[in-house]
This record gives sequence, C-alpha cells and structure tokens, in this order.
Amino acid sequence: MAFLDIAHVGKTFGAASVVNDVNLAIEKGEFVTLLGPSGCGKTTLLRMIAGFESASSGSIHIDGHDVTLQRARQRRVGMVFQSYALFPTMTVADNIAYGLKIAREPKSAIAERVEQMMKLIRLSQHAQHYPWQLSGGQQQRVALARALASSPRLLLLDEPLSALDAKIRVALRDEIRALQRKLGITTLFVTHDQEEALSLSDRVVVMNEGRIEQVGTPFEIYNFPRTRFVASFVGTLNILNSRVLDEASGLVEVDGQTVTVARLRRSGHGERTLALRPEAVVLESPLAGRNSLMATIEEVNFLGSVVRLRARLQETVLSFDIFNDPGQTLPQRGSRVALGFSHDNLLELEAS
Amino acid sequence: MKPASRAGAWLAIALGSLYFLLPLIATFEFSLRMRRESYSLEAYRVVLTDPGFQSAFGYSILMALLTVITSIVLVVPTACWIELRLPRMRPVIEFITLLPLVIPAIIIVFGYLRLYNSSSWLPLTGNERATDLLLICSYVTLSLPYMYRSVHSGLRAIDVRTLTEASESLGAGWFTTLAHVIAPALKSAILSGSFLTFAVVIGEFTMASLLNRPAFGPYLQLIGANRAYEPSALAVIAFLVTWASMGLIQVVSRNAAGAGAKRRLPGA
Ligand SMILES: Nc1ncnc2c1ncn2[C@@H]1O[C@H](COP(=O)(O)OP(=O)(O)O)[C@@H](O)[C@H]1O
Ligand SMILES: [Mg+2]
Repeated sequence: MAFLDIAHVGKTFGAASVVNDVNLAIEKGEFVTLLGPSGCGKTTLLRMIAGFESASSGSIHIDGHDVTLQRARQRRVGMVFQSYALFPTMTVADNIAYGLKIAREPKSAIAERVEQMMKLIRLSQHAQHYPWQLSGGQQQRVALARALASSPRLLLLDEPLSALDAKIRVALRDEIRALQRKLGITTLFVTHDQEEALSLSDRVVVMNEGRIEQVGTPFEIYNFPRTRFVASFVGTLNILNSRVLDEASGLVEVDGQTVTVARLRRSGHGERTLALRPEAVVLESPLAGRNSLMATIEEVNFLGSVVRLRARLQETVLSFDIFNDPGQTLPQRGSRVALGFSHDNLLELEAS
Repeated sequence: MKPASRAGAWLAIALGSLYFLLPLIATFEFSLRMRRESYSLEAYRVVLTDPGFQSAFGYSILMALLTVITSIVLVVPTACWIELRLPRMRPVIEFITLLPLVIPAIIIVFGYLRLYNSSSWLPLTGNERATDLLLICSYVTLSLPYMYRSVHSGLRAIDVRTLTEASESLGAGWFTTLAHVIAPALKSAILSGSFLTFAVVIGEFTMASLLNRPAFGPYLQLIGANRAYEPSALAVIAFLVTWASMGLIQVVSRNAAGAGAKRRLPGA
C-alpha cells in the first residue's frame, strides 16, 4: 500500500455528487498536484484527506493506518490555506509554536524547533511580530512553517499562492518546492493554475467534475494528454475532430482534407478526436512523409520573441507559434498558408 | 456645504444637546443645593455614606459582574457553534436574541414568577440565593441582544471557520481552539458586550423590584420617593457609571481598530 492511499473515495452534498470514485496512491516524499478548474472538487478531496469533511464512500489510509473515520486533529496532517489563517492574536513565533505546545513538547525543544523553522523560512527577525505586520508572502511562509513545525506525516496546500501577486507567487512556489525537498515531506498541492502544477510536481493529477481524468508526470500530462479535457485544460492544445478513412495506414479526414496519424489507439471506423501541440506546427509547403493542411490566417499576435498565429480550416481552428525573425515577413490576416507537422505529432484522445 | 445648511446643522445639534443636557445639568445643579447657603457636595456625602446605598450598589455590581461572566460563557461558544456548525440556525438565534428588546421586562419577570414560584416544579423564589440565581438569569436574557450582537459582529470580522480548521489540523480540540484562538481574537468584541451588559444591569429596576432583591434600581426608587436632594445625586452617579462603561467601550474598540490600522513595518 502507498504512503497515502485513497481508495474509491466519493463525496455527496445532498443530491450533488462532488467527488466521484477517486483512486490515488502517493508515495512517501512525493510532491503531487491536484489540478483542475474551479469547482471540480479539489478542495473537497483535500478536506477529506485533512479530516475536515467526512468521505461519503471509500477509504483513506496514511502510512498504513486507516484514517477515514479519524478526526482532523488525530491525523497529523499539516494544512496550508489560501487565506493563510494565521492566529491573529499570536506572534509569528507563537503561531509556529502552537502545534508543538498542544503536543506538550518540552519548552526547550519547542524554542529550538521554532528557531529552526523561522530560519528555514528566513523570518527570524520577525519572530515577535504579529501577522498583520507582515506582507502576504511572509504570512504564507509563516503558515507553512506552522504546518511543518510539528513534523506532520503529510502536507496539504489548498491554492496557497492564489492570493499573492505574480512575482511573489513564483518566488514562493520555488521556495515551497525547495523546502519540501529538504524535509522530504509527502505533499499534496491544489491549484487551478497549470503552469504552477507542471513546474512544481513529481506527478500531476488532473481532475474534472469530481473525477480524476489523468495522473502522470508533468511531461506525460503535457505531451500525452489522454482525454480531450486534459488536452484543452493543460497547455493550449489544438483539438481536431476527424473521421477515419483508412485504419491500416492511419489516414483520417479533417474538414475535408486528409492527414495521417502515426498510431491510432482504437480500431474501427468513425469519429476520432485528435490533439496537436502548437509548437509542432510550422509554416512550410507540403513535404512527402509529413502532414500538410491548407488554412486561412485569422489572427496574428506579436508577442516579442514569438508570434502566435491562428488559422482556420473550416470548422477547425489551429493555434501555433513561430519564432520572431526580423529577416522574414509575417503572414497577413486572410492569407492562405500551408501548415506542416509530422505524423506522430497527431495524438488520438480517448473518446469522451 | 452651503453656509445656510451648515448653520441649520449646528442649530439641530444645539437643540439636541439642550434637550439631553438641560435636564442633566439641572439635576446636577439641584443635587449641589442641599446646603441652603452655598453649593456643596453634601448630598453626595450623605448618599455615599448611607449603608443602604453601599449595600445596594455593591449588590448590583456583584450581580452585574456575575451576569457578564454567565453571559460570556453562554454566548461565545453558542455564537461560534452557530457560525461553524449550524449556519442555517443563524436567523432563528438572531430572532431569539432580539426578543428581550421587544418583550417588556415586566412580562419576562411575570413569566419567571409563574414558572419558578414556590409551588412550581423548580421553585427558585423560596430562598434568597436561588432568587439571585433567577435574577442573574433574567439579566442574562435582558443583555442577550447586546452581548450576542457584539460577539456576532466580532466573529464576522475574523474567519472563524478557517482559523478553527487550522487549529484542529495542528492537533487542538474544540475547547483549546475556543480558549486560545477564538476568544483572544474576539477580546474587544467581548469587552464591548460586557460593558454594555454592565451598564444595562447596574441600574435595572423592574426585575430586581419584582423579585424583591436589594439592588441599586429599587434603592434609587425608594430614595426618590422619600428624599429631596439625594435622588438627584444618585441619578448623576448612575449616569457616571453608564458613561464610564460607554467610554471604556470606545477605548477598547479604538485599540482594536488601531491594531489593524497601524502601518506595516518597514520592509514588511
Ligand atoms: N459544504 C458544501 N455543501 C454543498 N456543496 C458544496 C460544499 N462544499 C463544496 N460544495 C460544492 O462542491 C463543488 C466542488 O467544490 P470544491 O471542492 O470547493 O471545488 P474546487 O476546490 O475544485 O474549486 C462545488 O460545486 C461546490 O459548490
Ligand atoms: Mg478550492
């Protein structure tokens, strides 16, 4: 059994089923991110693991122990909230010491541990300050130290960076990851920001409408999305609706033009959903052994080092990027272009 | 603002002040005239040295303090519980806590007398200590609107739910969380509620009189019916106590606001 084992967990509020049959195994020391749009049940799942919400079905094991029916305070699970939730009448040092005092650690051990935690988050000089005297980023670092001080078995973070501004968000993100590596603590991080998820995690769990859509490394999730939802939520993948013409050669039809798919997952004729990454597409005249699609340029966005183009077949719209090159003229809106990409850049998604 | 309307505003304030202050000033002036020849504090001396005053005032202070304590112990956990576990009950509880403002004290006390008289299933009017208990309970009821309102708005200002969860995930039980996290964060709200309660209870007449307890209110009434100058002195004293309570509320809430409004430290 994995260190954190979630088996067939579900949650219903009245008639609404918010989390559906979730299965997830997380190894000790892993950093896993729950990624999904707002309202997909990430917080609810996290709160069931923390013990703030009871599971309607299924079981949760931490380190081999069944905690499904345990109270939050018995679980030894550290929690970091989006709103920091620091105790307003306590100093930074007292906030960090809180869990240790409740565990009735000896005074000297508490002082030592608090000192150590404050060094880790680089706030030693703020030990006697109150939360309202700190910036958002500093408050969240204190919250992190408070959660980690009593050496929990598991660290849960619910969108801890959402309330911060962009610059601090990136800095604190890296800091959280560095701290997690240093302490080797098993961590489950919730976010709706795909960049955050991809840059931080050992593994990403993509959720949609209370279900897990796909679990994998950031590389797998980004490059080989299995479902249409994952493809469209992670990155800016192009979705192509196609019809199989010849199964053996992988020949399919998209908006009246034909392309070849290197590997078709399923056998049989009919509709297939394909995904195509923007960075795989280039402007080139048709070449043997490569796919080519004729399209009309709809939009040209100059972004600096890259230029983002949008082109339309008939129904299908493709986005792709080309590098900025001062020696080259950009395609004009309305012009007809040929788009090239290799056979294995077309990825077949699971039927949804 | 136009000069004319500003003058109108000042006129309104002046009239309002006269309406409130004139009787007070007149009372105060009258209370100084016990000696024919000159103004003196003779009436205050007489009142303050009267053993009847001392015992009545002492009794009322004691009742007020016990009421404040009972009320805190009752209201703070209830309000937290409603906020955390039974948010749907909030309108019901708000309605109940406002009832004492709508129902006259005399009706409440008659209700008590019917329920707890010496021939009832829980006789509380038989001996003095039990009647004191009944009096405290009725004072708690009377002050419910003030205490509950204060605590409730204090709870609204902090995120109780998340604070409670943060505390729980660090291993704390319900009582520890209440005592070490929530109550301190509600300190100024609880103090405001306490001073209001104190001010309401200290001069209360109806309940104390009908339950026949030797409180300050009935004493005031007794002196008022039998003496000339002393009642004015007592009225002024009662006002001073109320004002002191109100002043303390101001101090407490200003300190709380000040803590939040203080500038961040440099580099923070
Ligand atoms: N206590 C609750 N009662 C009823 N519905 C809830 C409750 N908590 C969450 N929900 C619903 O469950 C769904 C998922 O919520 P949540 O887990 O917070 O999503 P996320 O964190 O992914 O944004 C939402 O539609 C939300 O309205
Ligand atoms: Mg959420």
